[in-house]
Amino acid sequence: MGTSLDVLKHEMVPNHQIMDDEEVTDLLATYHLSLDQLPKIYHDDSAVKAIGGEVGDVIRITRESRTAGRAEAYRLVVKRPKK
Amino acid sequence: MTSPKRVGRIEFGLFSPKEIRKMSVRKIIWADTYDDDGFPYPQGLMDLNLGVIDPGLRCKTCDQKAADCPGHFGHIELAKPVIHVGYTRLIRKLLRVSCRSCSRLLMTAEEVEKIIGPEDGELAGEIVSEKDIKKERVCPHCGEQQLKINFEKPTTFSEVFVEDGRKIEHKLTPADIRARLEKIPDDDLRALGVNPDVARPEWTILTVLPVPPVTMRPSIILENGQRSEDDLTHKLVDIIRINQRFKENQDAGAPQLIIEDLWELLQYHVTTYLDNEVAGCPPARHRSGRPLKTLSQRLKGKEGRFRGSLSGKRVNFSARTVISPDPDLSIGEVGIPLAIANEMTVPVRVTQFNLDEMKQYVLNGPERPTIRSPCGANYVIRPDNRRMRLSDVNLETVTEMLEVGWTVERQLKTGDIVLFNRQPSLHRMSIMAHRIIVMDGRTFRLNPAVCPPYNADFDGDEMNLHIPQTEEARAEAEILVAVHANILSPRTGGPIIGGIHDHISGIFLLTHRVRHFTKKDVLYLVQHLPIEHLPEPDRIDENGTPLWTNKQVFSLVLPDDLNMVFRASSCQNCEICKQDMCENDAFVRIIDGNLISGTIDKKGIGAFDGQILHRIIRQHGMKRASRFIDDVTKLSIRGIMLEGFSFGIDDEDLTKTEYGQIDEVLSGAVSDVERRIKIYNEGQLEPMPGRTLEETLEMQIMQVLGKARDRTGEIAGRHLGMDNSAVVMAVSGARGSMLNLTQMAGCLGQQSVRGERIMRGYEDRTLPHFRRNDRGAEAHGFISNSYKSGLSPTEFFFHAIGGREGLVDTAVRTSQSGYLQRRMINALQDLKVAYDGTVRTTGGRIIQFCYGEDGTDPGRSSYGAPVDVKGIIESVLKEEIR
Repeated sequence: MGTSLDVLKHEMVPNHQIMDDEEVTDLLATYHLSLDQLPKIYHDDSAVKAIGGEVGDVIRITRESRTAGRAEAYRLVVKRPKK
Repeated sequence: MTSPKRVGRIEFGLFSPKEIRKMSVRKIIWADTYDDDGFPYPQGLMDLNLGVIDPGLRCKTCDQKAADCPGHFGHIELAKPVIHVGYTRLIRKLLRVSCRSCSRLLMTAEEVEKIIGPEDGELAGEIVSEKDIKKERVCPHCGEQQLKINFEKPTTFSEVFVEDGRKIEHKLTPADIRARLEKIPDDDLRALGVNPDVARPEWTILTVLPVPPVTMRPSIILENGQRSEDDLTHKLVDIIRINQRFKENQDAGAPQLIIEDLWELLQYHVTTYLDNEVAGCPPARHRSGRPLKTLSQRLKGKEGRFRGSLSGKRVNFSARTVISPDPDLSIGEVGIPLAIANEMTVPVRVTQFNLDEMKQYVLNGPERPTIRSPCGANYVIRPDNRRMRLSDVNLETVTEMLEVGWTVERQLKTGDIVLFNRQPSLHRMSIMAHRIIVMDGRTFRLNPAVCPPYNADFDGDEMNLHIPQTEEARAEAEILVAVHANILSPRTGGPIIGGIHDHISGIFLLTHRVRHFTKKDVLYLVQHLPIEHLPEPDRIDENGTPLWTNKQVFSLVLPDDLNMVFRASSCQNCEICKQDMCENDAFVRIIDGNLISGTIDKKGIGAFDGQILHRIIRQHGMKRASRFIDDVTKLSIRGIMLEGFSFGIDDEDLTKTEYGQIDEVLSGAVSDVERRIKIYNEGQLEPMPGRTLEETLEMQIMQVLGKARDRTGEIAGRHLGMDNSAVVMAVSGARGSMLNLTQMAGCLGQQSVRGERIMRGYEDRTLPHFRRNDRGAEAHGFISNSYKSGLSPTEFFFHAIGGREGLVDTAVRTSQSGYLQRRMINALQDLKVAYDGTVRTTGGRIIQFCYGEDGTDPGRSSYGAPVDVKGIIESVLKEEIR
């Protein structure tokens, strides 16, 4: 194998971060959500693999936003379903 | 957020012959429908057990009348099995993956394991496909040599033998196929993604055919008393006839050939009964030659059951007619014909507070003779929900009876709120709420300033009108849907309603440069404005008459505290802006609601970029803005009427000098093109980087000719000044451009197809009028004439070629964007912004954590930004900021 690409360093890839349990509880409380109402991200997503996210983790994605300057989104890691 | 019940899953399966017989209430054996007395034959297609459609008869199955009986299925026993066309793909797959003798999957258990894996393992959910089968064609279970299965549309399957080196096709009958499918073990089917509990594959070969209830194929009685049967009934008649003949021949021991023919015929009829648009199968036709509308056609497509009947809704309380303009209406009003106002109603609950008023409505009755008469009522609804139509005979009695708790359906009257709509409803401004004005005539009347959001014009457009029937609907219409709530477009955050066409020409003519008006003229201009006092006159002339400037007149419609600075459409984008000294008077400065300098045009009050309008909305709200639109349109119409405005063919006339100059430019360009062709022919042309020689030449020619056309435009423009109507319209942004003017007065220029000169046509030339391989300007669509001077025959032809491309483009674009829009709406229609600012689905699932990431409603923004910083600073500093 040659040198592998670190996707996290690519300028088009926003910052991904695994949230700890307390943060997740807070998040679900602020938005009055259950875990499965969160947007999803696949476990084999390159960025999720790079930060070592497991199924069931919640990822915080911090992007630069054209309208808001900085925007946060949260995604639940799920297994990629079979077609 | 969650609904009380959730659909866990939906299971789709096939009907088994057993189930079909079980649900059937009657075996159908006769192809006839009604006897001579018009009574249904027992065991015929209209058997009384299948439900009733004629009033008076009772269903023999459920003993209910026509209105209540839902109908019941019957069945036809087919003489031999036939294939269901809808499943030929599945049948083909199953035949190809199963053994021809033992019917097991052509794979060993280990091979299957490899693809499917253990339950809930890594591979769970995978299914075996046709491609996974090994090519050697020997069954791993019984060792049988497999044959290739050919499938021919629509329903023919055959096996291919190789005998003596020749390929022989052996046809498989549906009975053979059914026998094979029957033998496929359940476990093999699961591996193939078929659930054998609900869909055994042999059920795709029909042995018994369900006969749908008569309620879904009612016969209609024509005016001459003749019965006309539904298409489905016709098709079922065909099936039963052939089935009957087939049975007779079979029983009589007819030769194999005849049996096969009949079998195929039966297959054809069953196929077309299910789907009459199958590839490779001539559609079954009505006697008149019209293709029959059978089962699949009832469901499919835009007019099918799903899109047409279930998703499509039709409504009551709506009206439609032609629209026409009425500039005296406010933008939030709509004029409706008396005939419509008389027909359409609003329900009003009778209370002790409005009892007398309601009694008067009822007494006035259903006929309102003139638009000035008080409105009446068409129906009253009693507390027991009985509806009574009002007519001249019962007015008094009903009025007497009327009491609290009844509902009166009163006619529309001026001031009622209605929804007004024009198709295609592409954005939310396609439906807006207006207040009605009852008018004479037969058309809906609307202010031309609201045409842009509807994309309406008055060349015969029709529009729809809907009457909200509840208080909630009316409140919602007034607060959310009203015209003045929709002046700002949520697409850009800028105004979408504003002056169009003559409004812009008019306000331009009125405010251009500085002019002085006498009191008479000023009063003429402002006579429709809600103004109580004139300002101090600008000056008094030598005779002692007071004079007002045109800018003063315009300032009358502005709010007093408006401060803004911007450049009008007529701005030439000079390198150094001379601001107040601009010779085009394009530098607009408004201080404290007074127009100090500049011309008001499209940039100021236009429908899509009215800056003044936008600023008024930001600082004074929508109500003031809609008043401003009303005022400014009325003022501009007066402005244009003061002098009159017209355009004729002689407005494109130039003098001899200009025509000479144009000819000079054009002949210069043509000879320049020839010179370049000569250089090219001599091989002296330097190609541009990344281009071939030909491409370089083409680009040069296009450039030279483009420049020549622009030069003619300049020549024409120099002669046609601000006294020319077309120039006024182009400069103010009201309609047309200088390019249009160039093409009318100067020259039409190069016609193009796909951005290139016209190359298509005959061998090595576009038209037989030119020499072969002529690369000259005229031979490839350069038109040196103008619309005024008229086109030569070849020029006319090239112009038609170029014009056709535009037409094709629009046709393609609209159909494509229509489909795109449909898919977008289907995907997004249930999303909404919740009270916490998140965007969610109906299930409460999050789509966005904050709408648009900043939570700004673009319909209340300033071109997308939540705060109009520039506008605020400008109105405080009262000068331009950059």
